[in-house]
Amino acid sequence: MIWTTLAALMSHWRCNRLQFFAMVAGLALATALWSGVQAINAEARASYDAAAATLGEGQFDQLLPRSGDKIDQSTYIALRRAGWQVSPVLEGRLRTDDGSVRLVGLDPLTTPGNIAPVGMQDDTTLDDFLTRGVIFVPPDVANALEGRVTQRVITDPSIAPGAALTDIGVAQSLLDAERRLSRLIIAPNQPMGLPALDQIAPGLVRQPAQDAGADRLTDSFHLNLTAFGLLSFAVGIFIVHGTISLAFEQRRSMVRTLRALGVPLKVLILLMISELVVFALVAGGIGVALGYVIAAVLLPNVAATLQGLYGASVAGTLQLRPEWWLSGLAIAVLGTGFAASGALWKIAQMPLLASARPRAWSVASGATARRLGALAAVLFATGAGIAIWGQGLTLAFALLACLLIGAALALPLLLRGAVNLADRKARSAMWQWFWADTRQQVPGMSLALMALLLATAANVGVSTMVSSFRVTFVDFLDQRLAPELFIRIEDADQSPDLERFLVSEAPEVLPLLSVDTEIADIPTELFGVRVGPTYRENWLFLDDSGNAWERVAEGRAVVVSEQLARRAGLWTGDSATVAPELTLPIAGIVADYGNPFGQAIMSEAMFRRLHPDVVPLSFGVRTEDPAELRRKLTEDYGLSDTAITDQARIKAFSLSVFERTFTVTGALNVLTLAVAAFAILMSLLTLASIRLPQLAPAWALGLTRRRLGQLELLRAVVLAMLTTVLAVPLGMMLAWVLLSYVNVEAFGWKLPLYVFPGHYARLMLFALLAAALAALWPALRLARTPPSDLLKVFANDR
Amino acid sequence: MVLSVQNVKKSFPGAEGPVPVLRGVSLVLERGETLALTGESGSGKSTLLHLIGGLDRVDEGSITVGGREVTTMSDTERADLRRSDVGVIFQQFNLIPSLSVQANIAFQARLAGSYDENHAKQLSEALGLSDHLVKYPEALSGGQQQRVAIARTLTARPKLVLADEPTGNLDEATASEVLGQMLGLVRETGAALLMVTHSQSVARRMERHVHLSQGHVV
Repeated sequence: MIWTTLAALMSHWRCNRLQFFAMVAGLALATALWSGVQAINAEARASYDAAAATLGEGQFDQLLPRSGDKIDQSTYIALRRAGWQVSPVLEGRLRTDDGSVRLVGLDPLTTPGNIAPVGMQDDTTLDDFLTRGVIFVPPDVANALEGRVTQRVITDPSIAPGAALTDIGVAQSLLDAERRLSRLIIAPNQPMGLPALDQIAPGLVRQPAQDAGADRLTDSFHLNLTAFGLLSFAVGIFIVHGTISLAFEQRRSMVRTLRALGVPLKVLILLMISELVVFALVAGGIGVALGYVIAAVLLPNVAATLQGLYGASVAGTLQLRPEWWLSGLAIAVLGTGFAASGALWKIAQMPLLASARPRAWSVASGATARRLGALAAVLFATGAGIAIWGQGLTLAFALLACLLIGAALALPLLLRGAVNLADRKARSAMWQWFWADTRQQVPGMSLALMALLLATAANVGVSTMVSSFRVTFVDFLDQRLAPELFIRIEDADQSPDLERFLVSEAPEVLPLLSVDTEIADIPTELFGVRVGPTYRENWLFLDDSGNAWERVAEGRAVVVSEQLARRAGLWTGDSATVAPELTLPIAGIVADYGNPFGQAIMSEAMFRRLHPDVVPLSFGVRTEDPAELRRKLTEDYGLSDTAITDQARIKAFSLSVFERTFTVTGALNVLTLAVAAFAILMSLLTLASIRLPQLAPAWALGLTRRRLGQLELLRAVVLAMLTTVLAVPLGMMLAWVLLSYVNVEAFGWKLPLYVFPGHYARLMLFALLAAALAALWPALRLARTPPSDLLKVFANDR
Repeated sequence: MVLSVQNVKKSFPGAEGPVPVLRGVSLVLERGETLALTGESGSGKSTLLHLIGGLDRVDEGSITVGGREVTTMSDTERADLRRSDVGVIFQQFNLIPSLSVQANIAFQARLAGSYDENHAKQLSEALGLSDHLVKYPEALSGGQQQRVAIARTLTARPKLVLADEPTGNLDEATASEVLGQMLGLVRETGAALLMVTHSQSVARRMERHVHLSQGHVV
């Protein structure tokens, strides 16, 4: 019985191959976009984990030099002698033929926890590591070190991407940093009664474990990607839902017959579920493979974005990780279950003697459209409540969900309204028929049009957000990168001499003094700046109390970054304690995009009084001839060329990061729109077969098949146009939520919303083109439908 | 005795309370017997047939098929009854459109696990379907489709054949031909036949005739 019933069920797909293709392709596309994004996320997270596991990043408290970038080894020895369980780390760039590698030296005997490559768990390798010199590298670094070092190079995939790990002694030798260290890792368990750190090592500052700012940034980036993946998946599931609903609707008579012939309902439902699970696994498998391709193409750009924006290293190559392909298959099965649950429920509830005539395939009859509209109103009201009273990233995404789902649910009602309006304006009989038929068509196409709405709105929203970010950021770069040259030196002793040289050669020199501190318990970089024309003319305030730079220059106020302002709740006019016993009013708030830490800016003079031992290691220089000054610095003064960076290069690099971000979002936009077009194509093709009874009377009454085909195409374009017109304001609202809520919650800054009408017009054109292309084939098929097929509609003999 | 119906009552919900359709119907049918069930529209003919076939449940009364009490059976047991002991022929044919004629004919016998290829072949020949076995139902005329439905039912060798106006959708000549073939084949297999019909001419070709009126046998 099982096999006979299963064969009968499967025979439906054999006779409806297009429907089968639509279901498998829809599910595969949905899974591809989802698992592609998950693959990127899994790869990035594995890279962060590798960094944490092998380099100790973020896991433990650390001691860093208060000024300069190195710690003398004697300080480490003094701490160990005093009983402090600290472990030394030396980091530096090791030059290779085609760039450089981040070399990390550590002492495996004193490192806390499991900070070590997996391969080093082996005693023999540890012995080698300590005595003969071994360098552990990830696969992408192995070739770069070939012939560059004399030590044995061992490839270990658990090492952080782009890094090489070795014994501290070897690192000191390779980096030419004898008796110097970069930082000290503090073991979590320390003996009782230790002397205070600042007594033994006053030149060191303790940085708490977990770089929360960077974590939040990368997390939010991945959350954004996940949200995009989920949206694409939802669009794909619309296709699957549509095809499954139609298939089950068409199989109602078969189900009734099977039951009448003695197949128990439970067996039938179980077989249908099994059938769907098999399809989901096959389509999911195809989707995961496609997702791998998408991820492999996008990963280098995502890695560059993460490195450029957040300084997080991610391997640029993709590994086949079980967590993402399993999650891809799981979500394919879950998505199919979700898409089929309604249809299965209807089959389970269908009385055996119910009419077997296939009902119109509809999501929204008039009453249903009104019910969905009411549900949409509830969702919009919930969204408004969240917008007014809600806080937190999760609620910000809940607001997005309310907005998008609400708009999708309201779509059938809005389209019905628009079609009714057009119907009332129609003059000729043909146009009255056209609009009446369009109204009848709306329920069947609702799911595909909802997919188009979401895809277009996501396009508008994400593009607006990224473009607004770009406009703001370029403007921000112009403000901040006003100096033509930037100089960074390693040796603090060189600073006064270099400054004298620069002052003699350039009209304005901007030394940058900085220390890490905390303001209102928020980790903050405190800067001392030489207030001059550059600051006054270029730096713009998000909010200020007037004469801000004058007050800063006179030591009567500080300027803080937006991140610090938002996190500490300190705004213009409030006071900030910038040092023990020094509280100054805040004269203004400046933007500081891309920085997870807070910033506070005071005058150079006041900074030097507070931190007399800190010297500037960075200088901005204003000059009319950067090339000549650069020549003088390298040839006359003897500064290394690598210490000098020109403004144009920094800007070009920053913008290249954005271009890569655009590549990622652009690719996802195109893919989502393509999936929506595919949804329309599949809807029209599957609807075509059940629409003959509606079209045949119009043909019989005098409309040619060619005319019917043209009207079919026009109908799809009109419905797509109405949908995209609604998608633009929805996308703008999406962008507004992303910029004003999600961004603030995730990054700590708010971005202005810019409008790009040209872009939206182009997008609408693409959406219409996609809809027209999708409708072209079904329209051509209709125009070529043999009259005998149309006549069958009138035959009662069958 | 293949079928025994005793004092069966059935009503359906209506706008002003339950509407009685069967008000205590009783009848019996012996092996090999053919019986026509006639009556005006709404007299409860099809309802009685559905109740006998286990497609619906009685409010009161008893129905036994081959000695098995139908009214107390679970859904699964009633499905088993339809698979093995009862064959139902519908007015609308109810073929599976995605299966070939041959697969449709074999279908119920395969479900019951009693498929006999020679028997199916004989029935196909007797019903004039041999040339259409590889076709799909949509390629057949109404009369041919009903022949396929008859072959499907008889291939499973049911004890009782229930036919709900099997020729109602066919023209007079075709209906007469199909009916003749069906009666001949039912007699050959030794099954009992209960046929719902509006047509007196069809009823006259049955051995027995029961008329239902307002839910009663008259």
